[in-house]
Amino acid sequence: MIRLEPRNDVSPAMAYLAPALAVLVTAVAGAAIFAALGKDPVEAMRLFFIQPLGDWFSISEMIVKATPLILIAIGLSFGFRAGVWNIGAEGQFTLGALAGGATGLAFYDVAGLWVLPLMCIAGALAGMAWAAIPALLRTRFNANEILVTLMLSYVAVLLLSVLVHGPLKDPDGFNFPESRLFHDSAILPILLEGTRAHVGFLASLAAVAVAWFVLGRHIFGFQVKVMGQAPRAARFGGFIENKVIWSCLLLSGGLAGLAGVFEAAGPVGQLVPAIPVGYGFTAIIVAFLGRLQPIGILIAGFVMALTYIGGETAQIEMNLPSAITGVFQGMFLFSLLGIDVFARYRLKRIRSAAQAAEGAS
Amino acid sequence: MTAPRLELADVTKAFPGVIANDDVSFSVAPGEMHALLGENGAGKSTLVKMIYGVMRADAGVMRLDGEVYAPNRPSDARARGVGMVFQHFSLFEALTVGENVALGMNAADVGRDLNDQIVRVSDAYGLSLDPARTVGSLSVGERQRVEIVRCLLQNPRLLIMDEPTSVLTPQEVGDLFQTLRTLVSEGCSILYISHKLEEIRANCDRATVLRGGKVVGACDPSEATARSLAEMMVGMELALPAKSATNFGAERLTVKNLSLATDDPFGVELQDISFSVRAGEILGIAGVAGNGQGELLDALSGERKVSHAAIQLDQTPIGSLGPTARRAEGFCAAPEERLGHGAAPDMSLWENTVLSARSSQGMVRGGVLDLGAAKAFAGKVISAFDVRTSGADRHARTLSGGNLQKFIIGREILQQPKVLAISQPTWGVDAAAAAAIHRAIQELAAAGAAVLLISQDLDELMAVSTTFAVIAGGRLSTPQPTDSITVEEIGVLMGGAPDAAKAAS
Amino acid sequence: MDLLQAILQGVIVASTPLVFAAIGEVVAERSGVLNLGVEGMMIMGAIAGFAVTLDSGSYFAGVIAAALAGAAAATVFGLLTQYLMSNQVATGLALTIFGLGVAALIGQGYSGETTPPLPVLPIPLLSDIPFIGPILFAHDPLVYLSVILVFGVAWFLSRTRAGLILKAVGDNHDAAHAIGYRVVLVRMAAIAFGGASAGLGGAYLSIVQTPLWVENMTAGRGWIALAIVVFSAWRPARALMGAYLFGGVTLIQLHIQGLGVEIEAQYLSMLPYLVTIIVLAVISHDKARAKLNAPACLGRSFYASS
Repeated sequence: MIRLEPRNDVSPAMAYLAPALAVLVTAVAGAAIFAALGKDPVEAMRLFFIQPLGDWFSISEMIVKATPLILIAIGLSFGFRAGVWNIGAEGQFTLGALAGGATGLAFYDVAGLWVLPLMCIAGALAGMAWAAIPALLRTRFNANEILVTLMLSYVAVLLLSVLVHGPLKDPDGFNFPESRLFHDSAILPILLEGTRAHVGFLASLAAVAVAWFVLGRHIFGFQVKVMGQAPRAARFGGFIENKVIWSCLLLSGGLAGLAGVFEAAGPVGQLVPAIPVGYGFTAIIVAFLGRLQPIGILIAGFVMALTYIGGETAQIEMNLPSAITGVFQGMFLFSLLGIDVFARYRLKRIRSAAQAAEGAS
Repeated sequence: MTAPRLELADVTKAFPGVIANDDVSFSVAPGEMHALLGENGAGKSTLVKMIYGVMRADAGVMRLDGEVYAPNRPSDARARGVGMVFQHFSLFEALTVGENVALGMNAADVGRDLNDQIVRVSDAYGLSLDPARTVGSLSVGERQRVEIVRCLLQNPRLLIMDEPTSVLTPQEVGDLFQTLRTLVSEGCSILYISHKLEEIRANCDRATVLRGGKVVGACDPSEATARSLAEMMVGMELALPAKSATNFGAERLTVKNLSLATDDPFGVELQDISFSVRAGEILGIAGVAGNGQGELLDALSGERKVSHAAIQLDQTPIGSLGPTARRAEGFCAAPEERLGHGAAPDMSLWENTVLSARSSQGMVRGGVLDLGAAKAFAGKVISAFDVRTSGADRHARTLSGGNLQKFIIGREILQQPKVLAISQPTWGVDAAAAAAIHRAIQELAAAGAAVLLISQDLDELMAVSTTFAVIAGGRLSTPQPTDSITVEEIGVLMGGAPDAAKAAS
Repeated sequence: MDLLQAILQGVIVASTPLVFAAIGEVVAERSGVLNLGVEGMMIMGAIAGFAVTLDSGSYFAGVIAAALAGAAAATVFGLLTQYLMSNQVATGLALTIFGLGVAALIGQGYSGETTPPLPVLPIPLLSDIPFIGPILFAHDPLVYLSVILVFGVAWFLSRTRAGLILKAVGDNHDAAHAIGYRVVLVRMAAIAFGGASAGLGGAYLSIVQTPLWVENMTAGRGWIALAIVVFSAWRPARALMGAYLFGGVTLIQLHIQGLGVEIEAQYLSMLPYLVTIIVLAVISHDKARAKLNAPACLGRSFYASS
């Protein structure tokens, strides 16, 4: 018989190895799925994981996808460490896009360097406001934030839809549910000429750096870590749970909102009902795959972006369904969570008492 | 000669890094009350868990009434007539007494008239119980009765009692032994695990002493002295801590009419508690677990806020301040639970100093942590309190109970508090570490601090505290000098009759 | 049949997926397991039920397949959380993401297809009771099954020894282990039941209620079922009530749209989600009571140190 035994110290080697192993396990399981679908697994894997790394345009597209994923996941990671489960980043992202986009449209055709910053502030504030609802309900009414944030993300998507069908609709748009295209002052500058990679990526990098410092060296990061690992010890240490809940939700809501503005003012360039495409949910996986560590999230953001690009390539070239990306992402998280156990436990063979008694007599 | 009721031959059990039981052999005769004696960590609990089938031995043979006995799970043990009362009760708070009893019996033995049986058995042994009550609403003593009745309903041949008296008042202890003697007279054997020497000397027929997982001796406890038993158990000669001086200074901690509602459905409400502790004084607070000790420490540490004037430090009200502000005023605390309350288990020792010593030791400047300051302070605690660890980077979880406790108490004492409130500082700690902790507490008081010591260990309180009070049902008795109080008085107070005791004195 | 009767009968149909999902989660949570993957298990049941019904032409086969698919998805969650001790919140989320993906993948070939409606099976005599009869006793067999399941669970939890053990495991897993119960096995069984039940809920959606396959057709019902469990204070009969309440909100919203009230459809579609939030806040408000009702070990990993 084999059983798990806790390790005295978490194995640091395993902690770094686990995400890599998770990628490997996912690739193997993915190959099996492709084989089951009657596709050549080796070719599919090549299209999925290798092809996108081969040309600059694909890499720039990875940056486009990684930007919101990293930004949102950095925000979520603080809450996840503290045991505050904001899983409705999709809603905060949507509200950010909506408020930022509406701000841009309000100043339509007004030139000025201040337009974009104003949009960003509006978007971040809207994301924070949307996240303030679960914060208030959790701290004042003890309502589970998992369910509230999630319900609110459905509401947010409907809200975006109703507004682009109505007040924000392009007056010259043949009644399509779309806003006007943003004017130049409301469009994010492009990072690399000829691609869609925009300066929002720099904001994501900055968020990674700041988060790295805060988690390692700032009392807020310390607070968040203690609160998640040992809530009673945090109270003993004089940290106030409600403050941490508020900070974590506002932080993640703000960053998700900012990611929303970037998406609207970046690759999309207008408000459409389909702006929320699931980055808010995928970012949850990014946060875990990155071990809730800022640098890890940076890497994980690119790995997840790869599954989007690779998924698209595989769809086009092998006629695979788009759902394949979701399957891959779910498997990623499963295998990571499963492999994680070996960082905390080790395998040991044991003998039963009956066997032991036989051995002794 | 009849076979012994239970016989163990060369039983061995190892965990990673430690051999919990090493070639343990002894036997229990039918109708015998047999003590298994040893310090915390001597391997008693592991041994009885194997006898009850919760764990399996790595090697060795057990026999029950002469037949090989190798239970794979507790239901095997129960089927063979072995019952057990756990130290940490295996009860379900949300369920009723009747349901709890049913769960502890093998399905075949549970009849339709179970509740009638419970009433009948509990009356026969003087353990009154209402089968319909929810366990969460019972006192600790009543909960133990549930455990015992559960065993008795299965007519056990061998009853294992793991540290049964550590949670009882002296009167309840008396009642318990009455019940056990009745059982023994009916031919049941009892394996009685304890580290309390006096009750073993008074009640047990034979004793086996464990130390470091090995049997180090056996004796007739009624003929041994408490001191000789203790030395066998500890393996060295004991030096009792000397009482500190009784010249107290000014009042440092004043608590006035402190009341606190509980936020736990099974918690205890603090009611109108008033006392004061002077410089140099160590106020010991005794009481059965779950009588408001946790709530009192939460109120003192600032984890739960109370009315501002209810708690005063050097005549300055601090009742509505949080833990950080209270520490800044010189009021430190150390809670009962080490892992998860006094320390974060998966954080390093130096991170754990940031938890409670960050302001007094200047570890935070403008929100930024000074890692150097934290590591230096952790190093200071480790060396001053002889904490056995390979360094300040180790996680708190990796330390043994005694070492972590020394670290936590050291962390608070080295901040040189004006007032220190601690709970159960030596629970589960080996004798050497306990002595070191007691010495540190006494030195702190001698240097002019006021100390409040909450403990369930009467021996500890009698040895260390200068002043003594009892908490029962959320009320505190009037503190009095420790050397003037008698065990009978303590018993009455712990039973929850503070006024009766006052009237008697 | 008048309008009110039709609406009330419709409420029961609209609520049945929630009844299945919520009662399954009640059992899982009573054993101390918080499975947030209800949405994923439902959608797996929805596609499995739809695909098998369509391919085999047998509702019975479809329903069994849905229950098995839900149970299989739940077992993955169980293996990870119970044997590999992964975080229950994260694993539940993974299950939802995975389930939505797999269902969409399988469902590719089934878009636009439809199954004939499941025949209604009026209960003789009872369905003839004026007014109430047609509302309560003229439904398809799955509606009856959902109600039987709720009362079966209620009976199981309050009257059987196995139910007692399940509650004990959820209340104090260390004590349950100490007196010899197999905590992990009990929980695996509860998780699998929860999955099978959620799968049935999904199947009801795809083969009875709509009846067709649409990607993401569960549309948050799994999450609403989780809220219903909190609302029910972990009691089966109250979960049934809660499910009908939420189903009612969903249906009323559709009827208001149908009546041509001057309000954007999206605002009405928000209603079930907003109601869930409000109800959740009201129910959870009393902290002490919430603590008393919830299974004490809910969401905590169990590791047997011996």
